Amino acid sequence: MSLATRIVDFFSRKKKIDEPAQEGKLKQAKMGKMTARDRIEAILDDKSFHEYDLFVEHKSEDFGMDKKYLPRDGVLTGTGTILGYPVCIYAQDFTVAGGSLGLAHARKITKIMDHSIKLGIPLIGINDSGGARIQEGVNSLAGYGEIFYRNTLASGVIPQISVILGPCAGGAVYSPALTDFVFVVDNISKMFITGPEVIKTVLGEEISMEDLGGARVHAEMTGNAHFFANSELECFEQIKKLVTFIPWNSSKKPEKFPVKLPKINMNFNDIIPKEPTKPYDIRDVIKAIADDSDFLEVQELWAANIVIGFTRFNGETVGVIGNQPLVLAGVLDVDSSDKAARFIRFCNAFNIPLLTLVDLPGYLPGIDQEHAGVIRHGAKLLYAYSEASVPKITIILRKAYGGGYIAMCSRHLGADFVFALPQAEIAVMGPEGAANIIFKKEITESDDPDRTRKEKVDEYIQKFANPFKAAAAGYIDAVIVPEEMRDYVLHSLHISTNKQEARPSKKHGIPPF
Amino acid sequence: MNKEVFDLNIDDTLYETKLTKKFASRKPYIPHNPKLVYAFIPGTIREIFIKPGQLVEIGQDMLVLEAMKMKNLIKSAIRGKILKVHVQINQTVAKNELLIEYE
Repeated sequence: MSLATRIVDFFSRKKKIDEPAQEGKLKQAKMGKMTARDRIEAILDDKSFHEYDLFVEHKSEDFGMDKKYLPRDGVLTGTGTILGYPVCIYAQDFTVAGGSLGLAHARKITKIMDHSIKLGIPLIGINDSGGARIQEGVNSLAGYGEIFYRNTLASGVIPQISVILGPCAGGAVYSPALTDFVFVVDNISKMFITGPEVIKTVLGEEISMEDLGGARVHAEMTGNAHFFANSELECFEQIKKLVTFIPWNSSKKPEKFPVKLPKINMNFNDIIPKEPTKPYDIRDVIKAIADDSDFLEVQELWAANIVIGFTRFNGETVGVIGNQPLVLAGVLDVDSSDKAARFIRFCNAFNIPLLTLVDLPGYLPGIDQEHAGVIRHGAKLLYAYSEASVPKITIILRKAYGGGYIAMCSRHLGADFVFALPQAEIAVMGPEGAANIIFKKEITESDDPDRTRKEKVDEYIQKFANPFKAAAAGYIDAVIVPEEMRDYVLHSLHISTNKQEARPSKKHGIPPF
Repeated sequence: MNKEVFDLNIDDTLYETKLTKKFASRKPYIPHNPKLVYAFIPGTIREIFIKPGQLVEIGQDMLVLEAMKMKNLIKSAIRGKILKVHVQINQTVAKNELLIEYE
């Protein structure tokens, strides 16, 4: 065979694989979806995608599979860059056997996963698959298992991003669930363990795919998804933005950006109401102190009583956790503890300092909370904060009552810097409740219980509803005015660059999950 | 998230705040009543061994609830007289649907 013939042969082989893609484009478009290749190209920098394993073929022979050629075995894998950042990427191709996962398909994925762990660069997985390739039997299950194993090995080593752009059902959902960030798109993403048909057959309950495991369900109800978008293109913009905030791997820090002053110049007294019972949006405070007022919120729609996300101070990424007085008065509960704890662990694993903004009345009372395990879930937050060894900065804006005070990265959980505004109230509980307990006898025996209660509440406010008892004990380092917040954060970060903490050596801790 | 602002009582203090969908739609707690027997799983009633007015002993077979390909034999947890059987053979029942009521 001459060289020219060989080259012609190569191109004809390549064409054979790429040809069905055109047909696939139409199929995907009918479902309102982009093709696997278009998705990769839309996420990555122009012409940066380098595909591997184009010629991989499956070896299965049963059920007529020996006569079926599946281009790329239904998954594209390769490397590329996003705004210059290197990434490993794979995208399941729904137009090839429904994106079903057989052993060769899985091995392409595990190969690119191994690559990303070795190279120390983020992994992005685009899921669009009907599930296991049933013809391959246990080999297909083996494929899933090998992916989950690597997701776990890679956890905390490289950032792992999952993008759900089609069905992701059955065992397949556990790969995204093991990764750090899950992106979903309205009307396109579907995730569930057992689908509507099985549920109907077995249990007689009817539900649509969308209501069972659509994008909204996972963004609002289950907390499985971290980012919700209305279109694939919006989703890709979110991915690009996230990538700029996180480092390549756990031995690195996130890229430093040029320092920008907050865009929004707001009067803090206009943002934070004087009365501790009045609501405000904690995100306004974050934006008023952060570089360029830029804040990438994570899990915006789930457990909205706590706000988490990435921002920058002095050009460096900071993970922010803030109670949200606008929703459920900013209380801690099962979901908000869970949400914040996982975020804190991500930040700690990837060298991202933590800024905690505190304004909460405590834990949410209720039978449903107790029975849903608020003890176990609440403990996750204590664990995550105590475990975190990155610089930890805490600012108490207003209320910090009871167990909530301790849990929100107090000095006692190892905060490096704790500041409080003059209007901060650091106490066991709010003045009303405290007065009703401490002065119960005086109030019930009084000729005018309402007046006595009010007097006692005022007495309590005078004595305890301020930051000075905590300051006198050294539990907070400085009382600052709101206008000083940014400066204190910048300075604290600046001087913590070389922070080191000696901790007992261990194989690993046992967090309450 | 609910758009309106409500009062949320935490330790005798009322906080003005929005509620989450989950919080707004939480179900009131109903204490356990041993005289009411509910389906612990959705499924189909395959057999009924009791009728109203009958006195049943602890551990006595009452009905078979088939679910997830398993025939679950429902036995009486108490000694008492049956007031009403709320289901019929081959009826599908939802989770937590009332099956049997004692007097």
